[in-house]
Amino acid sequence: MDDLNAVEILIVEDNPRDAELTMRALRKNNLANNVIIAEDGAEALDFFFCRGKYKKRSIANPPKVVLLDLKLPKVSGLEVLKIVKEDKRTSHIPIVIVTSSRQEPDINEAYALGVNSYVVKPVDFDQFINAMSSLGLYWLLVNEPLK
Amino acid sequence: MKTEIRTILLAEDNPRDVELTLEALSDHNLANNVIVVRDGVETMEYLRREGKYKQRKTGNPAVLLLDIKMPRMDGIEVLRAIRSDKLLKMLPVVMLTSSREEQDLIKSYELGVNAYVVKPVDFKAFIEAVKQLGVFWAVINEAPPLGNNR
Repeated sequence: MDDLNAVEILIVEDNPRDAELTMRALRKNNLANNVIIAEDGAEALDFFFCRGKYKKRSIANPPKVVLLDLKLPKVSGLEVLKIVKEDKRTSHIPIVIVTSSRQEPDINEAYALGVNSYVVKPVDFDQFINAMSSLGLYWLLVNEPLK
Repeated sequence: MKTEIRTILLAEDNPRDVELTLEALSDHNLANNVIVVRDGVETMEYLRREGKYKQRKTGNPAVLLLDIKMPRMDGIEVLRAIRSDKLLKMLPVVMLTSSREEQDLIKSYELGVNAYVVKPVDFKAFIEAVKQLGVFWAVINEAPPLGNNR
């Protein structure tokens, strides 16, 4: 991904296997051309606010959707969510929590912080691919983001 | 993925759009779980279990598909009322509208809408969009727990 301003999907995921499976589902649906992967919460924040290695990105070109894991090194997913949703420049960017946690406090906290959607990673391989396909198709092709 | 499908609440005053939406959702057996309300006031009555919905079972729907231009109370007002009601504020709300007006988009995202879908004019594209939307919000998305209810 060379042009940081063309990024359509940001995946924040520290587990390489899950990142690869998600990419596979997106590729299957021709949605994987403009994807970038951040491996921890701090890198995700650098992306959102165009800092560090994302300095060349413009905040005026938001991704269409961000897939955000909860358990992440450095800065947790909920912390990232809170910061992004509290900042007027980024609060409109659709964020989907993608996590193995089905725990009610996590779900409640995420919605209370203004998450757009919460998806529990299916354990089964095929179901995982199907869920990520549906997610990708919906957020990239059906939803209308704010430019 | 969940086995039990919760209700989809569809707030839509145009009978043709209701018909098409139900048809699109029937493909994935989601149509049986749809409750249709025809304007903003009825939407709030359903959610708050008032008026003719006093007797309905407790619990919020998995998602509200909300038209913007509706009689009595429009979708933006409904969204505002939901987000300022502590029992309803976490309800996933998806605008499903013909309006591509920047102001409606901005206002909706400002008020904390979960998603915004512009109804495609083309018949087939409309069906396809509603299918994707229905599967994502009713099957893939994990709605907030039913929680406490009035």
